[in-house]
Amino acid sequence: MWLKDSSIGRKFIMSITGLFLVLFLLFHGSMNLCLVIDDLFGTQGYNWICAMLGANWYAIIGTLVLALGVVVHFCYAIYLTIQNRAARGNDRYAVEARQEGVQWASKNMLVLGIIVIGFLVLHLINFWWKMQFAELTGIHTSMFDPQDGSAIVKGLFTNGWCGIIFCLLYMVWLAALWFHLSHGVWSALQTLGWSNLIWLKRIKVIGIIFATLAVGLFMIVVVYFLGVNIGQMIN
Amino acid sequence: MDSYINIKVRVWRQAGPKAQGHFETYELNHIFQGASFLEMIDILNEQLIAEKKDPIAFDHDCREGICGMCSMYVNGHPHGPDSAITTCQLHMRHFHDGETITVEPWRSRAFPIIKDLMVDRQAYDKIMQAGGFVSVNTGGVPDANAIAIPKPVADEAMDAASCIGCGACAAACKNGSAMLFVSAKVSQLALLPQGKIEAAKRAKAMVAKMDELGFGNCTNTGACAAECPKSVSLANIARLNREYLCAKFQD
Repeated sequence: MWLKDSSIGRKFIMSITGLFLVLFLLFHGSMNLCLVIDDLFGTQGYNWICAMLGANWYAIIGTLVLALGVVVHFCYAIYLTIQNRAARGNDRYAVEARQEGVQWASKNMLVLGIIVIGFLVLHLINFWWKMQFAELTGIHTSMFDPQDGSAIVKGLFTNGWCGIIFCLLYMVWLAALWFHLSHGVWSALQTLGWSNLIWLKRIKVIGIIFATLAVGLFMIVVVYFLGVNIGQMIN
Repeated sequence: MDSYINIKVRVWRQAGPKAQGHFETYELNHIFQGASFLEMIDILNEQLIAEKKDPIAFDHDCREGICGMCSMYVNGHPHGPDSAITTCQLHMRHFHDGETITVEPWRSRAFPIIKDLMVDRQAYDKIMQAGGFVSVNTGGVPDANAIAIPKPVADEAMDAASCIGCGACAAACKNGSAMLFVSAKVSQLALLPQGKIEAAKRAKAMVAKMDELGFGNCTNTGACAAECPKSVSLANIARLNREYLCAKFQD
């Protein structure tokens, strides 16, 4: 199968799964923004989305497809890296200089990806375990009601010093994600062939905008609750 | 102004393909900055021969930047610190008095070392033999104006055709990928009417050969284009991806 046996086929899989995950990030980020809006205006938008995505079959299939996307993207990343290191050979250069115009992120995608995956595990324990998993199995995994997602998020981020530590951890995660996307998005478009002499510069800018937008949506929520938390601690 | 400098040259010495290599440092005095880098290596070799030592083996031919033979990794850059030139076009004015210059061969599994700074780059020739040509019977010489080609397209094809196959792209790539070379060779023909006819077949054959020879997977770091002595653009890689994916989906 050429998707597995050819270099461009493997890269095609990486770009398709990567772009799929970026689309998910945009959805997830928009959904999170409701948390801030709810808190400011007293609405119930976030919990309404949580209820809709709770434990019905569509949500479960969606979650499984998403998980498959992450797994494929991750496995191919490992596979490609092993091949690329072999192609490079065992002899390294004694002097390796930086090339002008080459992004730092582009040479460290695997490391950034592993950081993102590592924090993803923490994130799933923090929230998914207490929300969708609790709802599916009926097991009480936390003191919160699994239907009340908004309370779970607030509970984690506005919990005194512990909340501050989690906010900072999430900020590190989001920073790694930004760097990963700052190369990943345009690289995916390039791999799909959507680039030429003019669009090469444009897709790089589009990639940065996409990365900033996706990460910014999450960052707003973390910064907002960090502010709320510090406010509560001072008072 | 160019003047005379004293330098140290740290060179990779390796007796043969299977031998264990190591760095050796040589002192060179009174080198004119107007000399080319390869002239400096020639002077060093004269010195080594006078000392009854084995001179440094290195590839070179035209010494005017068009043959693609010279291949030295100087101070962490293929073809040295200057941009858009080959090693033979590099001059000693880019180095200062007392500097230690590190010279290494291309290091990539597909380019095994033959001796010292010489590497075997036949892998690129094999990729070319797999499809980097036009096999259309063009008959007699047609009138120059019979096939109209827009100027921007002709320019892009010529820019891709400026690739001299020196191997700097694969040498600079952290993934050992030859995509810039293959994409330039696919692009120069795919852009023009005579080459378009076999474009799909060519892309498939050349990529298959590239993968078979053990080159890595491109991750678009752009190190290749940054180091390319002919400034071949990354846009060619996108064209190769496009040609290849379209061809595969049509199958």
